[in-house]
Order: sequence, then structure tokens, then C-alpha cells
Amino acid sequence: MRQPERVRTADRADTGDRNPGNKKKKRSRNREFAAVTYFTIALFIIMMGYIGYYDLYRSQDFINSPYNERQDVYANKVTRGEILASDGEVLAKTVTADDGTETREYPFGSVFAHVVGYDTNGKAGLESEENFSLLTSDSFFLEKIQNDLQDKKNTGDNVVTTLDVSLQQAAYDALGDNKGAVVVMEPSTGKILAMVSKPDYDPNTLSDNWSELNSDTDNTPMLNRATKGLYPPGSVFKILTALEFMREDSNYSDYAYNCTGSITQGETTIQCFDGTAHGEEDLTLSFAHSCNSSFANIGLSLNGDSFLSTCESLLFNKDLPCPLGSSQSQFKENGSSGYAVKMMTAMGQGETLVSPYHMALITSAVANGGTLMTPYLVDKVQNYAGSVVTQTDPSVYKKLMTSQEASALTQLMSAVVSEGTAVELSYGDYTVAGKTGTAEYSSDKTKSHSWFTGFSNVDNPDIAVTVIVEGYDGNRNARAIPIAKSVFDAYHMNR
Amino acid sequence: MTNIIVDISKYILIILFAIYTYKCFSVFRDIDYLKRRSILRTQSGLTFAIHFIAFLVLYLTMDDKPTVLIFYAAQVVLLILTISLYTTLYPKSSRLVLNNMCMLLVIGFIMLTRLNTDKAIRQFIMVTASIIISFFIPVLIRRMKSLRNFTYVYAGVGIALLLAVLALATVTGGAKLSFTLGPVSIQPSEFVKILFVFYVAASLWKSTDLKNVLITSCIAAVHVLILVASTDLGGAVIFFTVYLIMLYVATRKPVYLAGGVLAGCGAAVLAYKLFRHVRIRVAVWKDPFANWDYGYQVGQSLFAIGTGGWFGMGLMQGMPDKIPVVTNDFIFSAIAEELGGIFALFLILVCVSCYVMFLNIAMQIHDQFYKLIALGLGTCYIFQVFLNIGGVTKFIPSTGVTLPWISYGGSSIMSTAIMFAIIQGLYILREDEDEELERRKALERRRKQHEERAQRRRETTRTRSDGRPGRYR
Repeated sequence: MRQPERVRTADRADTGDRNPGNKKKKRSRNREFAAVTYFTIALFIIMMGYIGYYDLYRSQDFINSPYNERQDVYANKVTRGEILASDGEVLAKTVTADDGTETREYPFGSVFAHVVGYDTNGKAGLESEENFSLLTSDSFFLEKIQNDLQDKKNTGDNVVTTLDVSLQQAAYDALGDNKGAVVVMEPSTGKILAMVSKPDYDPNTLSDNWSELNSDTDNTPMLNRATKGLYPPGSVFKILTALEFMREDSNYSDYAYNCTGSITQGETTIQCFDGTAHGEEDLTLSFAHSCNSSFANIGLSLNGDSFLSTCESLLFNKDLPCPLGSSQSQFKENGSSGYAVKMMTAMGQGETLVSPYHMALITSAVANGGTLMTPYLVDKVQNYAGSVVTQTDPSVYKKLMTSQEASALTQLMSAVVSEGTAVELSYGDYTVAGKTGTAEYSSDKTKSHSWFTGFSNVDNPDIAVTVIVEGYDGNRNARAIPIAKSVFDAYHMNR
Repeated sequence: MTNIIVDISKYILIILFAIYTYKCFSVFRDIDYLKRRSILRTQSGLTFAIHFIAFLVLYLTMDDKPTVLIFYAAQVVLLILTISLYTTLYPKSSRLVLNNMCMLLVIGFIMLTRLNTDKAIRQFIMVTASIIISFFIPVLIRRMKSLRNFTYVYAGVGIALLLAVLALATVTGGAKLSFTLGPVSIQPSEFVKILFVFYVAASLWKSTDLKNVLITSCIAAVHVLILVASTDLGGAVIFFTVYLIMLYVATRKPVYLAGGVLAGCGAAVLAYKLFRHVRIRVAVWKDPFANWDYGYQVGQSLFAIGTGGWFGMGLMQGMPDKIPVVTNDFIFSAIAEELGGIFALFLILVCVSCYVMFLNIAMQIHDQFYKLIALGLGTCYIFQVFLNIGGVTKFIPSTGVTLPWISYGGSSIMSTAIMFAIIQGLYILREDEDEELERRKALERRRKQHEERAQRRRETTRTRSDGRPGRYR
């Protein structure tokens, strides 16, 4: 009777032993299930992170899109904020009539046309880029509740720009009736102080003239030439040629050339401006005189691929950092280019195209020891009572060249003013370094674009100015240098 | 005044939903049964609170007030009946799965009522029908032990249905998805998903040797290829992923997974090269504005999500109508716009909580067939959520699948209800397994006691026979 009991005990011991083993087996059998679960949860965490990132950083870009009809929802609840100059002067404001109709007013008319933009017939300029801020109300929450109770609109935030009214006005007046553009920047911060493009339009009467303005394809008044106009750079491009030459040839200070007024290689002949023979010159004098022959000679010695990579590192063929819409500048020379292209490119002709804004960035980088600061137009956003909502701090965008290269270029550009083509700028009570340019753009050799790009107070640069005047035909008023001088004068008169 | 209620309500809704979501995960921490039960009951309370506040806002802001009121009452009745019937008929089912189901339904009802009351009412009828049908499923799962033997029936019926779609279906939105039977339009691929999971589970449960894996893979490929031919991109991707995951877990061979992923990438490239509609989807994903004709829907969806921001515009304050067919695939964007980005993120977490409950039962149950069923259905559910939300937020190219429980669409609701009911059935089966185990353990214990007593008796006898002082000393 005991025997079967014993057997059963043995049986039980067996199953007892197997059980923990079973458990281990079961746990390991679930390993794949656990792996799949963790993987899926990780995937969802990444997706949630993406959605959070979108909400935080990307959504403003998207909802500012002109395709987004939802902006009207905001406009129904919020009175559009004001756009202000750096000193607080109003550049754009919304006036509400007694019957509730709103009109957008631009006190300076066409002076700030392209940079401030418009909010009728779609949006452009800062009105478009800052639409979201202007239609967001950060006023005190109790006030908002009160407004909600009374069914009144809240007041949108104000956008305080970096724009300087006196500089903008000076550039605007100096450009006169010419077609062209002026860009003024503060190299040490990246602030855009002025941006003028002509011909222009009056945003106050835009709706009335809309079709007329848009059909004017000869003058294209709606185009912001400062950021979107692409021009042959002419001699201002010699800044880049000189930079590339310094990079390729460490003995550039020993460079010597005897200019006879022209240079011929094969079937290509490059003439100096007005056929002037500059005689013996080094790099500094070649640059100061803007000697085409000497630069064509330099161009022949340059490595095309290396030139291309230098230009691309200086943002040619790239999207520019720009608070408004901008065009890509274009540089096409490379290792397989022939000598005709090399000679033309070195002196800024050929297929190279650049926007005035891009030249202003390059000039700012030279003035700031080679470092390009991220350019910006909006200094801060504040609620209508003046409390700051967001503030832009200057930040480094990119080191475009070494500080040695920047100071060498500054020396070259100083010589342009002291003994070269921009000697008119040496008479002020401030120092200037810069480069002039005369760019041919058609077979009509009597017409060309007049360029100037440079900065003042050379030892401690304060502002960089880039000017282009289209279709210079020998008329003194249509030259870039006097326009730049007006801007420099306006700046230094106020100091 | 209404403005303030709308404004405040959106914050309250976010807070309530945040608490609900927190409880979805915190409930696992408490081992105490009573505490768990109280957490799960609180969740139901939160669901009703969210439902009430949202409908209060809708009542105040919508024009057709009587309809909103009656509709709200009908929904409350449906929810109360569902919860009480489930808890009394199936006390062993998972309350968390039930709660999540109710919460997702409530969010769907709120948004659909706000977007299109007619569609919401039709959805309500479908939901009611689906829930009634799904009540019978746990019983069937429990009773029908032979479910695993119909391997080829699942595959045959599934493939036949998919072929029928390919041959008969009308093209909507660039894809052949549904055909009309009398008054209702049916989207069979929603149901074939479930059949497919059963087929793969049954087949891989039987054997995971190379030959069977090859056969199963071929039959799975037939499913996927028919879907590709119907240009049902989302469906094809879901079937493929579900199969891959089930194959990997069943065979426990990562090499199958790696091979499958490689094959999937190759197929994706091939599909991109071959099909124009695939290229369009990818182009729209890269930049919706560059191809505005095609990117319009995704662009509007991004506007909606972006405009809503973290806290949302408030119910009835946004413009979700701007998104084409917002009630179906893009309802997530409408939720993000009006209820807020935070609410939308919590919604994702609730979906993840459902998935965790699917995989939880997959790991707890012992029978490999049911493990695979739970895994397959879970993968199917969560991957569809991923495709939907990823698509409308431009995280991945849009594939045009619905958001289960929330999107408008009878087939989607019905198949999701069936899936959830099967999972509830498995929870009940697991409890049965546990009880079986308990019973065996109890038997074991009793036998042990008996044994010990016998042992003691033997010992005493031995001591006495030794002539030494025994235990009675």
C-alpha cells in the first residue's frame, strides 16, 4: 500500500522540477514578443517626438504659407499687429474704422515697399514672413478674457525690425529714379539696417494698381531686386578672385604684372576700362585700379575646381540665409572651363550672377574678420503694450574665410578708396574700404550696371553697404559710389 | 460667454485626457486588485466627463441643438450598456481594453458630430451593430477550440474576397477598396486582415519548418500582390508587416526578419519605379507645396495641426473642413487642430496602450496559436495607427488608411470591433487557463498534504519500531 504512494511522490518531484524549467522556457519564448513591443513603442516615441518638433519649430513656416486659409481665422479674432522700425517708428499699422472695417496703412508709402511688403492681394515681405506673429496676441490673459466677454478683437503682437528709417530714407532718396537696389547691414551682428529696391510701389494703393503693377514686365516693380535680382557682378567679383588667388598662391604679395591696356589669349582679348594702360602693378594696385588685364591674367592661373569650391563656400549656388525670399547666386567655372571663361570669370563677367544682398553678405563677412553673422530683420516681437515675447540674438552663421584673408582683402579694398576707383569716398570724416564694379549686361557696350560694395570705419567696421544701379550710361547721378556715399554720410552724421 | 466656455473647455479636456492616459499606464504598477479596479472605474468616469464637456461645447456652438442633445443621450446609453454588459457578461475580460475602446469611440463621436452630424449618426448605427456582433465573439473564441484547423479556409476566403474587390470594386481616391452591396458599401480588406492573421497563426502554429514557411510566405505574398494590384498601398504594407512580424516571432529566427526587411525595401523601390501613384505620394511627402494639386490634402492637414498648436483652437473654432475627406483618413489632424497637439499626443499614447494590452495577452497566454493571433492583431492595429498618424503628420508618405475606432467608415469600425472582441476572448481564455492551473495547483497541494501526513505516519511507525522515543515524547 505504501509502494504506489512512493511512486507518486517521485512523479510529483519530477513535475516539480520541470515547472521552473518550463517557466524559464516560457519567459525566453516571449523574448521576441518583448522585442517587437519595445521596437514598436520606440517607433511611436520617435513619431511623437517628430510631432512635438513640428509643433515647436516647423509649424510656423508651414502655417505662414499663402496657401493657408486658416490665417483668416486668426484675423477674425485678432487685430493685426504693427511693424515698427528699430527706433519704434511705425512702418505698417492697422486702422479700424468705427464700423469695424480694417485698413492696413503704411506711413512711409513706397520707401519700405519691398522689405515690409503688403497684406492686400496676398502677402509679401515681412507682412508675409511675420504673419503668424502679427496675428498672435500675447496681451495679458485677463485682458483677453475681457475682450472675449465683450466679443472684442484682441490686439496682435508688434514686430520690431532692425530697419533704420534715416538710412532707408537716405538710400531711397539717393537711388532716385534709377532702377537698382541698396542693402545696408551691420557686419558685427547681421542686422539688416536698410533694404531698398527700385522701381517700387505704394503698398497703400496696391489693390487699385495691382494688375497694372504686375503686368509691367519692363520695370518689374513688384520684384525685390535686393534679394531676388540676379546681376553680373562685374569688378566687385574681383574680391572673390583675389581671395582665391591668395588661397592658391601664398606668394601673392610678390605678384607683378605690366598692364598695356589689354590682354589676349588665343582669340579672346580682354580690355581694361576705357582701354587705360595701368603699367607696372602688384595685386593691390591691380585691385585698386580694377585692372581687367591683370585679373584676366590671374584668372588664367587659377584652378577652376578650387575656384568653384571657394565660391560655393561663399554661398554661390546655395540658398542664402535670408529672412525674406531670395535667389541663388550662380557661379559656373570649374576645372574643365576653357581660358576664355577663366579670363571673363576672373573679372566678374561670363556666366556669374549675384544678388546685391549676397554681395552685402560677403562684404559683411570681410568686415567682420571673415565671420558671417546670421542676417536678420526682426529684432524682437513684443505685445502691443511693449513686453518682449521673443528676441533675436545675433548668432554666427558661418566662417566664410580666415581672419588673415579678411584683413588682406580689407587692405585691398582700402587701396580702392585711397588710390583707386573709389577715391571720392576718401574725403569724408570716416574711413571706407570697398570695391567698385561696372558690369556689362548686353551687347550694348554703352550701358552697364554700376556696383559698389564696401564698409565704413575700416579699423572697427560699423556698416556694410552694397549698391547696384541698373543701366548706367555715363550719367553721374546713376553711379553707385555717390549713392553709397549718401548712405555712409547719413549714418555718420547721426553718430 | 460661449467663447470663454470653449476656451476653458479645451484646457479641461486636455487635463482630463492626460489623467486618463496616465492611468492607462499607471494601472500596471498597482498589484492590489481593488486599487486597480478603482483606477479602471475612474477611467470610465473620465471618459463620460470628456464626452459631456465636449458635447456641452457642441451644444452651445452648433446650430442644430435638438439633434446634438438627442444624439448625445443616445451615445451615453450605448456607452453605459456596453460597459455594464461587458463587465457582467464577461467579468474576466480586460477592463482597460474596454475603457480604451469607449474612449476612442467617444473621441470619434465628438469629432464626427462636429464635422458632419449625418455621418456621425450613420457611424453611431454602425458602432451599435458592431458592438452587438462583437458581444458574441468572446463566446465563440472560448467554445471553438478547432479554430486552428481551418488554415486553408482562412486563406481561401481571404484571397477570394480580395480578388472580388480587384474585379468588382469601384475606384475611390485612386484605389480600389470597396464595393456596394445593396445600401451598404463594404471594404473587404478590413475583414481579410483578420482572416489573414488567423491563417498565418494557424499555419505557423502547425509547423515552422522551412517547407511550411515557404508555403505560408507564398500565400501571404499572394494577398499582398492582389492588394498592390488594387493599388491599395496601405493595405499591402499592413499585410506585409503583419506577416513579417508573425513569421519572426513564430520561427524565432531574426534572419527571416532581416530577409523580409530587405525584400520589403526592394519591393518599395520597385513600386516607386513602377507606379506613378507611389511616386506622387513620395513627392508630396517630400514637399507638399511643390506639387500642390496632389499635396493639397497633406498641406491642409499640416496647416490644421500647426494652426492648432499645443492647446488647439477649441471645438468648432478651427477650419478642419478645409481638409478633403477629413472624416476618414485625416481625422487625426482635425483632432490636433481643435483639441490641441497635446491632446493628440495623448491620443497616440492611448492607442499604444491598446497595443500593449494586445501584446500583454500574447505574452501571458500559453497556447502558441492564440499567442500568434494576439500578436498579429496587435501588429495589424498599431501599424495601421502608425500609417495613419504618420501619414497625416508627414512623418511618412501618406498611404490612405483609417484611424481605427475614430475614422468614419463602417467596415473599419466593424473589423476593429471584431479585433478587440477577439482580444477580449483571449483574455477570458487566459483566465480559464489560469483557473485550470489553479485547480491543478490546488490538487497538487492537497496531494502534498496527504503525502506529508502519510510520511509522518511512516516516520512515527519507524521510530517506534526502533524502540527509541518517538514524536509523542
